[in-house]
Amino acid sequence: MNELALAIPWLGKRNPAAARWVVMALAIGAPLIAMLFGKTWVRILDFALLYVMLAIGLNLVVGFAGLLDLGYIAFYAVGAYTFAFLASPHFELHLPFWLVIPIGAACAALAGIILGLPTLRLRGDYLAIVTLGFGEIVRIFLNNLNHPVNITNGPQGINMVDPLVLFGWDISRPLKIGDEITVNSLFLYYYVFLAFVALSVVLVQRLQVSRVGRAWAAIRDDELAAKAIGINTRNMKLLAFSLGATFGGAAGGLFAAFQGFVSPESFSLMESIAILTMIVFGGMGNLAGVIVGALTLTALPEILRYVAVPVQERLFGHVLLDPEVLRMLLLSLAMIFMMLLRPAGMIPAHSRYSKPELVVGKTAAEAAK
Amino acid sequence: MITLLEAKHVTKRFGGLTALSDVSLTIRKGEVYGLIGPNGAGKTTFFNVLTGAYVPEEGELVFNGTELPTGKPHLVVAAGIARTFQNIRLFREMTALENVMAGHHIRSRANPFSILLQTRQAREEEHLITERAFELLRYVGIERFADTVSKNLSYGDQRRLEIARALATEPQLLALDEPAAGMNATETAKLRELVQTIRGDGVTVLLIEHDVKLVMGLCDRLAVLDFGKKIAEDVPAQVQQNDAVIAAYLGGHGTKAAGAAA
Repeated sequence: MNELALAIPWLGKRNPAAARWVVMALAIGAPLIAMLFGKTWVRILDFALLYVMLAIGLNLVVGFAGLLDLGYIAFYAVGAYTFAFLASPHFELHLPFWLVIPIGAACAALAGIILGLPTLRLRGDYLAIVTLGFGEIVRIFLNNLNHPVNITNGPQGINMVDPLVLFGWDISRPLKIGDEITVNSLFLYYYVFLAFVALSVVLVQRLQVSRVGRAWAAIRDDELAAKAIGINTRNMKLLAFSLGATFGGAAGGLFAAFQGFVSPESFSLMESIAILTMIVFGGMGNLAGVIVGALTLTALPEILRYVAVPVQERLFGHVLLDPEVLRMLLLSLAMIFMMLLRPAGMIPAHSRYSKPELVVGKTAAEAAK
Repeated sequence: MITLLEAKHVTKRFGGLTALSDVSLTIRKGEVYGLIGPNGAGKTTFFNVLTGAYVPEEGELVFNGTELPTGKPHLVVAAGIARTFQNIRLFREMTALENVMAGHHIRSRANPFSILLQTRQAREEEHLITERAFELLRYVGIERFADTVSKNLSYGDQRRLEIARALATEPQLLALDEPAAGMNATETAKLRELVQTIRGDGVTVLLIEHDVKLVMGLCDRLAVLDFGKKIAEDVPAQVQQNDAVIAAYLGGHGTKAAGAAA
């Protein structure tokens, strides 16, 4: 949050307090602004927040611990399907969300450990290949586990997943205040997601400036040296995989409830790559960068989609390039330009895992002596 | 004198090459112990066996009366042995202070849950780690670079930082792998002072070094390795007059070293 505020050009450095208010106002007011352009945009914002959560989780693995994971979407899938299993007519189970989301997150964490264990000795490209395979295995399982016993309902996916119900209040229905005002459920989802994102940011920030965060950074910078100062690299890597997966699993649960429907095709390799692109684009290892990256790369293709289709229709009379193709094109172009112009991302990571104010205060005190 | 570390008949082979052959030595508590030998004599291999990076084929290492685990570096550090590397291995993207703070890992207890909940214990520990890391930076004399990213430090300061990071693990035995390599005379003199201070504070030091002057001046006792065998172990004055050692360094009759030197 502070980092996000500081990252605002011009204002951030001059008046951090004001910048912080701007960030907060934007976070709260965003759906209202989006509403001016139509309900679709609020929906896009909702999805953007889910991607922010995914990016925060993946950043923990890739940015903090330096473990390149190309199958991250699998944890999202685990969370989403856990939610769908435990809260839908599919198994006739309707557990409350505050139970299902933690269970989904825990299942994802377990999946993280299962992925982590055999890959402990792998690094870089090799790790990327195995994790990529893992992501595909999960998707293919989901696609085919409808026979001989129907567990996942195969490619059709699971329908009619329960919406989020907060203390008996179904937020998928519009909220009526008095007779005049109704609040669309998209808004309600936005604020629920925002709360989850805020919680994730706080938790991840705490991890980053802790003993655990430093151990991850140490492993990322030099694994041999990390071992030589007594870091149990095996446990720390497993911890990174499982904690990163936890955020993915929680986001998956929210996704299932929001969408009301899960199917394997939502969890393709392209999604894993899209999330990785977001964190590389925003600034790997930097929370603020990751958030900005996720928001930008979710919103930009949508804007493009709404602009590109009418423009193409006017120019050529029909749509030449499918918006989905354009999205991938845009992601690739964004990556290429980023690598050329700002290889560390939009908001590069500072090498600061300790508390700067502590250090600065100390140094000043030393100087005074 | 109390024995701190005892290596018993340590043998390490790499395929057909015997890098260490039946090496036994004892390091006493509170001394500076040197390990010298020509290039390829097995000094660094011994280091790697000692610190758990390699598993020896034969022999064992007894530290403080208990056998050291092999192949598990983090347990060796926990037992009280810290090391530095011949080619400096810092966490390059982290600041000097963070490097030392990372070194406290093994001596701190906060677990993910207490960190996520920011329990008082976790916060206090974090505060303590910062303080102690800063003290260690001051101890090795680079506290003014606390905030500098470690890859931007000068060579000598990087060496010092690596020592500070090793000291952060609160070792009883500090193993330095060629700490003076690449240093100029002033830096070497400062390093010597630092090692003496460390020893004065009760930490036993194991020193691998090429700089013969430094070793002879600094070490209480030293061992000489040649072709994986220990050819001498004594006080510096005696080692200097040892025939086998002279032969190994300068070439002489009847030793393999003569053949290699030719």
